[in-house]
Amino acid sequence: MLDRIDRYLAPNVNALNLRAQRSEVLSANLANSDTPNYKARDFDFRAAMTGALNKGDLRMARTSPEHLDPKAATGATPRLQYRMPAQPSIDGNTVESDAEIGRFSDNAIRYQAALSFTSQSIRALQTALQGQ
Amino acid sequence: MGLFTVFDIASSALSAQTQRLNVVASNMANADSAVSADGTPYRAKQIVFQAVPINRGSASQAVKVSGIVDDPAPPRLVYDPNHPLADAKGYVTFPNVNVVEEMANMISASRSYQMNTDVMNTAKSLLLRTLALGQ
Repeated sequence: MLDRIDRYLAPNVNALNLRAQRSEVLSANLANSDTPNYKARDFDFRAAMTGALNKGDLRMARTSPEHLDPKAATGATPRLQYRMPAQPSIDGNTVESDAEIGRFSDNAIRYQAALSFTSQSIRALQTALQGQ
Repeated sequence: MGLFTVFDIASSALSAQTQRLNVVASNMANADSAVSADGTPYRAKQIVFQAVPINRGSASQAVKVSGIVDDPAPPRLVYDPNHPLADAKGYVTFPNVNVVEEMANMISASRSYQMNTDVMNTAKSLLLRTLALGQ
């Protein structure tokens, strides 16, 4: 029963985790917008999400019930790639802060969307549990 | 992890940009200081930023000020024979501060600071909404 609830919420949890990780990566780009030779990084959200959803059963074997389940909460870590700048700057920095801030806001809005989907799912679950 | 790390990264950038602004203020204030503490003309300072991993083994990088170096540009020579510091030919050595460059530096620092506070505010509102999940 409980693992079914886990599976029911898994896509939402994965989406929230990946959105949070992407906001971390994008905020690092923004923080380093004046650092010489810093290369902007990002990951392919679609690929990471597909990877996280298909990885559900490929967990580390636990031979004792006292072992921690390392992948249970976080899912897979996405593969970071370097961004191709439209206008490279003279100091070797590839951060284009206006584009990055756009991506950061876009990511924040999608995080909020994932949050509202999650709370809808929780509400639906509560309705089913109460049975009234 | 995730959104909490955003605070660490953005605050590292805020402190780095504050130091940059400090250096700009020092350069601007001393643009005409023909004598500094060691008796020579003041030399413009430039800040050097460096990207450092936020945690061990983490891919995300925060900003660190790796050092403040003296600007290698030659000093500004002004012909003023009546100045008490004038040399035998009548030239006074003034600091190598380029006021135009410093103004541009100041604007860039303040824009970066604003951008990072925006990032922090966004992360904060996302976390608050996450805390209200399921209510």
